[in-house]
Amino acid sequence: MKLNWFKYASPVTFYPLAGKLIPWFALAAAILTVAGLYLSFFVAPTDFQQGESYRIIFIHVPAAWMSMFIYIVMAGWAAAGLIFNTRLSSMMASALAPTGALFTFIALWTGALWGKPTWGAWWVWDARLTSELILLFLYMGFLALHAAIDDPRRADRASAVLALVGVVNVPIIYFSVKWWNTLHQGASVSMTMAPKMAATMLLGMLVMALACWMYSIAAALARVRCIILEREQQAEWIANLGEPI
Amino acid sequence: MIWKSLDDFIAMGGYGFYVWGSYLVTAALIGAEILMLRARRRAVEKVRQVQIILSEQTKHETPS
Repeated sequence: MKLNWFKYASPVTFYPLAGKLIPWFALAAAILTVAGLYLSFFVAPTDFQQGESYRIIFIHVPAAWMSMFIYIVMAGWAAAGLIFNTRLSSMMASALAPTGALFTFIALWTGALWGKPTWGAWWVWDARLTSELILLFLYMGFLALHAAIDDPRRADRASAVLALVGVVNVPIIYFSVKWWNTLHQGASVSMTMAPKMAATMLLGMLVMALACWMYSIAAALARVRCIILEREQQAEWIANLGEPI
Repeated sequence: MIWKSLDDFIAMGGYGFYVWGSYLVTAALIGAEILMLRARRRAVEKVRQVQIILSEQTKHETPS
């Protein structure tokens, strides 16, 4: 079977496909969230140094990972839209931005609630925290710039440039704990070293991260469907979708 | 079992405010995103239905 990679590059074919995929990703997100919360609260042991406050990491770390992943994926779609001039790519970038901003905010919020009992401060101007805050501003800037330009295709191009320039911030966030002497601890899980935590803690964190992945995909697909309908209202295929869509 | 009772679970070893403050706000924000997506969906669908009705009408009005 010859796979046509460009078949789903058009909103016409992608719209129904996304509609079919959403319930599966949403279901996976729900199941993984239940499993992840069970592991986080009932299986993972109490941390010998931090007590129970460490349980915040089960959302903090996955949310922080998602904030960076989503930004890279968003910038990738934005770049594809800029280079190939494909409107669906730009729509995907726009669909990812609010969810990315949400996870960035969650990472900062849970970080503050973890920092207060652990470091004694809600916030410090540390390289890791500051660069993550800049990430939130980049997401908000992307959304604001897109909303400020009336012509959607021009808005796509302008915000794509902003997204691409902002990519430079992602490695800064990731390596900030190595490059600077920060209050924020180093990576607990890395590609090259064995994780520095109990296996059940790590498992809980990974399951929660997977749940966040599934949720983000479902949310982005649901949003891109709205964007397609909003932007292509005049197109005949949308009228032809009929009653239930 | 890590927790002796429900109170023990809620107290989170004295860190209840921080732990539940994290989890509840996260749940509320994600819930809000889902509701906002639903509302957006409904709004766009309403516009679409109106357009379908309008296009049906113009079809009938056009003299053949």
